[in-house]
Amino acid sequence: MKIENPEELKKIANKIRIHIINQVYEAQSGHPGGSLSCADIMTVLYFHQMNINEKEPQALLRDRFVLSKGHCSPALYGTLVERGFIEKEELKNFRKLEGNLQGHPDRNKVPGIDMTTGSLGQGLSVANGMALASKLEHDGYRVYCMMGDGEIEEGQIWEAAMTAHKYKLDNLCAIVDYNHLQIDGNVEEVKALDNLEGKWKSFGFHVIMVDGHDIEALIDAFTTAKLTKGKPSIIIAKTIKGKGVSFMENKASWHGKAPNKEEYEKAIKELKDQS
Amino acid sequence: MEESKIATRESYGEALALLGEKRKDIVVLDADLSSATKTNLFAQKFPDRFFDIGIAEQDMMGTAAGLATCGKIPFASTFAVFAAGRAYDQIRNSICYPNLNVKICATHYGVNVGEDGATHQMLEDVGMMRALPNMTVLCPSDDVQTKWMIEEICNTKGPAYIRLARKKTPVIYNENQVFEIGKALQIGDGMDATVIATGVTVTEALKAKTELEKEGIFIRVLDVHTIKPIDRETIVKCAMETKRIITVEDHQVVGGLGSCVCEVLAEEYPCRVERMGIKDCFGKSGKSEELMQAFEIDAQAIYRKIRKN
Repeated sequence: MKIENPEELKKIANKIRIHIINQVYEAQSGHPGGSLSCADIMTVLYFHQMNINEKEPQALLRDRFVLSKGHCSPALYGTLVERGFIEKEELKNFRKLEGNLQGHPDRNKVPGIDMTTGSLGQGLSVANGMALASKLEHDGYRVYCMMGDGEIEEGQIWEAAMTAHKYKLDNLCAIVDYNHLQIDGNVEEVKALDNLEGKWKSFGFHVIMVDGHDIEALIDAFTTAKLTKGKPSIIIAKTIKGKGVSFMENKASWHGKAPNKEEYEKAIKELKDQS
Repeated sequence: MEESKIATRESYGEALALLGEKRKDIVVLDADLSSATKTNLFAQKFPDRFFDIGIAEQDMMGTAAGLATCGKIPFASTFAVFAAGRAYDQIRNSICYPNLNVKICATHYGVNVGEDGATHQMLEDVGMMRALPNMTVLCPSDDVQTKWMIEEICNTKGPAYIRLARKKTPVIYNENQVFEIGKALQIGDGMDATVIATGVTVTEALKAKTELEKEGIFIRVLDVHTIKPIDRETIVKCAMETKRIITVEDHQVVGGLGSCVCEVLAEEYPCRVERMGIKDCFGKSGKSEELMQAFEIDAQAIYRKIRKN
């Protein structure tokens, strides 16, 4: 199910954004800001890049995806619905006792989720493990890992970066959703990332800077990563937190907050107008 | 002739190197301590399946988790203090919660570590690890048991924490001994007391048993190699049959084997439990034997405890 047409991919990203708002509104909790910022990246991964099959979610040689920034689960669940792994109905039970869609992704409860995440900073190590396993299977599959920009303040990320470099994990493509905001405010103020590109370069990664909302540019970036041999790649995707909903855009306050009825209706209307 | 002794960490290294031949799904990770944890024996034979992650225990646990999601059986080794302590959140959230098949083989537990002192003597790991859902917690007492355990744990899906000693101890069991995960071994059937021990303290308890017999005091020793799931049945049986229950471990008395036995007996057969172990303090530098003596978890201390009443 590979979709080449960027216009069609944009429509899917828009649908995922609507799923995000619906889930967070219905649950009256969750993380809309960082979910909206990564919706275009998720679309390109699941509808253009990854070798996956919704009928065989456990296929040995499938590509793997780790949502290291696990709180952005609404983006993942929305994507899995569009890709046919889970039913749309399930979204109504996001974060609810009767549902399977936990606040943070659980690989044992939902088909299509390759790793349980939630405690920040742990996903890249897990992705490395998957990439090493793939190497043992003669490079059978590629591994993708999406991190938040605030998340990479965790030290384990940099331990993992050194491991990816050591083992020349060219079947690994990391992604930073560089939306510049974390709970307490601007990432540069909370703990400056400063020269993010230089940091990853010096850790031995092939760094690709890209506009994280430009579908065609994202396709090019992932393709370049795939062609890069002998070292891991990282796509630093410049994004807007809350992208697609005007009053959520670039506001740290929408990191982990649910809209009220009025805000919800406004958000859905805006998104529908964009489709 | 001097008694042959071998540390359970050495038995582990040998077992793993042997097992690597028939189990191609085994991969081994270490954090720059392979010569001490003895995973270097595996590394020499199977370099493609050995990953030295460097001094980065949290990363090591995460990497092991990733390998496990892809069907490998990762054995992750480092000192117990860096495994259970430093990487606790990784073990909790990336291994136990997703119920991944990672075997954490943590060496250098307790004051029997010796000279390195308190920072390297892990005394809280059993409490931390047994509180985690899905986790199996093991602590073998000798060479034969360790070698059985390493092979057996590969046939048991899910996370396991195996506590291995630096200290060399005598071989207790013969090659034909039958073991079972979750089943404690009762050695002797004395009625005067049951000494419940695990790991290095099993040998100490057995020495005390021999000395006490010379004086007409007959005890039995329970070798609890599986701390979780605990063998409730055998513990209750011994509490019913013997006059005293004494636990002894190279671990804090809080959270470890002693606590575990108290929990079982409080629920099923309330009786007095005397706990021997580290009493809410840190270890220190010294020789292994000196420390076990100083912290009163050696054969002499057990002997004195039983003689006293």
